[in-house]
Order: sequence, then structure tokens, then C-alpha cells
Amino acid sequence: MAQKMMREAILDTIREEMRRDPTIMMLGEDIVGGMGTAGGPEAIGGIWSTSTGLYEEFGPNRIIDTPISESAIIGSAAGAALAGKRPIAELMFADFVGVCMDQIWNQIAKFRYMFGGKSKCPVTIRLVYGAGFNAAPQHSQAVYSMLTSMPGLKVVLPATPADAKGLLTQSIRDDDPVLFFEHKALYGIKGEVPDGDYVIPFGHARQVRSGEHVTIVTCGMMVSVAEKAADQLAQEGISCDLLDLRTTSPLDEEAILDSVEMTGRVVLVDESPPRCSVASDVAALIANKAFAALKAPPQMVTAPHSPVPFARELESAYIPSAPKVIDAVRKALAYR
Amino acid sequence: MQLSRDQLVQAYRRMATIRAFEERLHEEIAKGEIAGFTHLYCGQEAVAVGVCEHLTDDDFIVSTHRGHGHCLAKGVDVKGMMQEIYGRSTGLCKGKGGSMHIADVDKGMLGANGIVGAGAPQAVGAALAAKMDGKGKVAIAFSGDGACNQGTTFEAMNMAVVTKAPCIFVFENNHYSEHTGPDYATATATDIAGRAEAFGMKAWRANGCDFFDSYDTMRELLDYVRAGNGPAAIEFDTERFYGHFEGDPQRYRGDGEIDRLRAERDCLVAFRRKVTEAKLLEHGDLDAVDEEALALIEAAVQEARAAPLPTAEMVLEDVYISY
Repeated sequence: MAQKMMREAILDTIREEMRRDPTIMMLGEDIVGGMGTAGGPEAIGGIWSTSTGLYEEFGPNRIIDTPISESAIIGSAAGAALAGKRPIAELMFADFVGVCMDQIWNQIAKFRYMFGGKSKCPVTIRLVYGAGFNAAPQHSQAVYSMLTSMPGLKVVLPATPADAKGLLTQSIRDDDPVLFFEHKALYGIKGEVPDGDYVIPFGHARQVRSGEHVTIVTCGMMVSVAEKAADQLAQEGISCDLLDLRTTSPLDEEAILDSVEMTGRVVLVDESPPRCSVASDVAALIANKAFAALKAPPQMVTAPHSPVPFARELESAYIPSAPKVIDAVRKALAYR
Repeated sequence: MQLSRDQLVQAYRRMATIRAFEERLHEEIAKGEIAGFTHLYCGQEAVAVGVCEHLTDDDFIVSTHRGHGHCLAKGVDVKGMMQEIYGRSTGLCKGKGGSMHIADVDKGMLGANGIVGAGAPQAVGAALAAKMDGKGKVAIAFSGDGACNQGTTFEAMNMAVVTKAPCIFVFENNHYSEHTGPDYATATATDIAGRAEAFGMKAWRANGCDFFDSYDTMRELLDYVRAGNGPAAIEFDTERFYGHFEGDPQRYRGDGEIDRLRAERDCLVAFRRKVTEAKLLEHGDLDAVDEEALALIEAAVQEARAAPLPTAEMVLEDVYISY
């Protein structure tokens, strides 16, 4: 075990996997940084420091610093995957997914199906997401809900450095296309990361806190927000069963339903806007499959139905917070 | 370079097979036998065959919605394709893709595509994969004059140049992007290859209704790309004998246009004339190939009709490898 920041865990995982498997390549804007400048290659080393040193070790055939061409990045990752490689493509901001949506949604997600199961497309797309940096409406969104709805894709959201390693390793080795969401605000957080080969299979939620009064279901950055709320509530004797989904596609229905069967009360915390969100999806699942166990309507704590605003005051009003989660837990408990 | 007798027969067989395949689909679709949208390649056979006769299964192609010709030229199984277009469970793609999504990765055919312009970046990726392997393989993006106006095509051309990918952009200018002429829709209507040149690529131009011009020009281009010079492009001037899709009333055509194209720009007729005048093959040799092609397609249609239909349980198969 070593203490690592999430960004270090991600970089180390990519490096280890690339050493292990010569078919892995990586593509993205400025993942080398400084190409064609006086500073030269590696003048930047990737704006998120998740690709520093890879170009030097693996060279230009495997570390491909691309022009600002998201459709070409994702499209060429798709083509390379069909041609037998295992590409990792980086979208510097998850918001740019709109630029290359056709390649993700109509192409990568559907190849295997359209081709009658006779191809595989083992692409890992890393998307840097999330609010909290005053980056305004086009550089702050939590777009995972929209992508969770698309058949053919797997959607992964690590909440800790250890999970970043285990889930990214699984993503890269997975033969299906994976969207791996990295929250900007989590890059700098530290945690214990297991040494050696460490793989977390998809579709298995992590129980972050064990409790009996209310279930909280969340993912990604919102795990730490929910943790804060749960810890505060614990001081009042309210115990929360807190689940980190880890992957929203596939979804660990069993873990969610088991917990709700026990508590009868549930709060869904989601950084994306409420309509057609992970929160509303899980609420529907619970309404369908655990209706009899419910003692209160599922409570949703999500971003509002608005773009992510720029100004500090507006953005902090936008992002789901621990006090909002606490309020929702109280509402769920108050319901008779 | 003079083609051997076997090579000539092989090239003609491929073109005749595409023609017979497409003409038969035209008939069967009119009878209502086949569901969905189908885009026929008739008239452009010399392009697909002129390109693909230079390739092996290790080279990659990425195709378009008008992809049957590219598939057949790359060696994809005729009967599997017919069963796919008939929506049978034994089809090449188990009835999941249909006419617009035929693929055979083992043959280096990475997929036809229902989205105009989507294939070009994928060809760049396949070319980058080929570059990683360092064995002189290439990837080809087939695009039409319609796709040349998509941003994806521009992104792909720029990225191919920047990364020195062994990618070849084949522009088949059949003078119609769906139902619209290039004079209206394409700013450089008479010169698509020039767009590739503007990205810093070497580009060729060829008569896409003449197999020999297509084939010879492609050989020169491929020698250049396989030698490690990075990407290249070629524009073929060619013709589309049918509508954008089957059922298209083609009210945009001029008077007698299709008759004139069939009389003056038919690549199979031109091939026959050239090889018989040069006494390389006899009419009888070519007639025999035509008959074999028709018989193969007849058998493919009969087998497709008799093939099993997919069942409802198959809807959820092959969405994922594991989930």
C-alpha cells in the first residue's frame, strides 16, 4: 500500500498497463504537451498530470498527442480498437463529449451489436468531469447520466485513489467500450492504493458506511459529499447505509435493493441535473422493485435543471452539498 | 504493369459480382422482399475493385452507407451479406446491422456506416494501429462527395498528416450527395482532391468508371503510402446509376441522364471493350464470368429466402461481451 493522489494512481495504472500490454496506445489533446513548441515534447506532460513521462517511455507510436479534434480522437480510437489495439482516449473535459458524440454513441457503442457480435471495441475513454472550479457551463458538467442511458457503453466513476486504480485497470482490460469519469476535484485527494495487480470488477457497489436508518446511493465526487453528511448525521445517532455505485452501467441493482429492503428509506445523490439522471433512474428502479419496502418517497439531491453557472456563489448553490443531503435524509426519516 | 489473365478475370469477376448483387437487390426491393434503407453501388464498381485488388486481408477499409461494393471487393462473403440484407439470423451480422452496417473484421473490412463522414477518423485509427505494427499495412477511408463536407473528414485528414498515418482517403465523387449536386453543396465542386492537398497530402485523380485507370493510379498511390510517406488521397470521378436509396424517385436527374450514364460511363462495358480490343480476353470469357456471377447471386438469394429468421431473444445478444 502506498499513499497516492488520484492523479498519481491513474498515471501509474496507465503506465503499468502499457508496460504489460503492447497493444495499448493513448490518444488525446496535449497528453504530451508542448509538441511543436520551443519548450518541446513533455513541456506540459498532460494538463491533468495523468500522462507525464509516458511519451518518453512509450514513444510517438503509442502516445499520440492529437490536434484539437475530438471526433478524430474518439473516431481513431474506435478504428484502432477494431484493428486490434486497446486504445485509451482522453477527453480533456467531459463536456467535449458533445463534439464527438457520434463516434461514441453511433459508432463505438454499437459496433459489436451491428456487426453481429463478431467484433470487439476495447476502447477506454477517460473523461475529466465535474463542477467546483468556476469553469462555467461548458467545462464543468457531470455528463455521465446521459451516457449511462446508452446501450453498449459501460460507465465508471471512481471516488477514491484505490478505486481509480482498480476500476481503470478493469476498464483498460475490458473488451467492451468503457467511459471512465475522473472528477477534477478528486485528482488531488490522497488515499491508500494497493500495490501490484489490483482489479475491481464492474457492477459491484462499494459500501462506504454501513447503517440501518437510511440508504444513500451515490457515485463519483458525490461520494465524499454524502460521506460528510453521513458522518454528521452519525453524531445524532442517525446511521446511513452509504453505497458508492462505482459503475452506473452496469448498475448493482442487488446492492441497492438489498439496502432499501432493510432501511425502507433512500436518498439519491447525483451531480448531474435531475431529469433522466442516475438519481431518477435508481429511484425508478426502487419504485419498481422495492415498493413494498418503502416507508418514504425516494429523495433526490441533484444539481438543478440548469447549466453549471460560473460565479462562485452561483456554482456553490448549484453543486449538491452535505447540508442538502442532510436535509434530504431528515425528510426521508420524517415521512410516516 | 500488365495484369495477368487470371488477374483480369478476377477483377472482372469482382465487378460483375457487385453489379449482379446490386441489380438483383434493386429487383427484390421493388417487390417488397427486403426491409429498410438500401443504397446501391451500381456504376462505381471500378473504384471499389480498382482499390481493393491491391489489398490483402491485413489492410483495412472503412466504408459508407453505400458499402456493398466495398465489402464484396474486399472479399466479404456474398451469401452472408445477402442473408444479412434479408435480415436473417444467419446473416453476416445476425440481422442486427442490415445493409448499412456490414462488417467483417477478419477480412479487414471494419464496417459500412450509416453516418456520412463517420468512417474517416476510424480509418486514421486503423492506420495508426498499422503504423504501430510497422508491417506496411494501410487503412482506407471510402468517402463520397457528400462526406467530404463533414467536419469529421477534415479532422481525419489533418490528424492523418500530423501523425503520418498510412491512411488513404478515397473520395468517390458520384456527383450526388444524397439528392443534391456538388455545384450547390460543395464549395470546391470540381476538385475534392484539392482539399486533401490543402492539408499537405499528396493527392491523385482518376476516372472511377475505368478500372484500369483506377487500378493503375491506386498502385502508384499505394507504393507511396506503403513506403512510409504518410497519408494520401485520391478522387475518383464516377457515376451512381441508381438513386440515393432504393425507392428514391430521382426527380433531380436530367432528361435521359441515366440512359446516357449507362451507355457512356459503364465500367463493366469499358472493361470488356478494352480487354477484348487488346485481345487479352474473349467476349466468351467475360460472358462466362457474368453467368457465374448471376448464378452465385441467384443461389445467394434462394439461400437467404430459406434462411432462418432471427427471434426476439436475440435483441439483447451482443450488446456487450460481458455485462
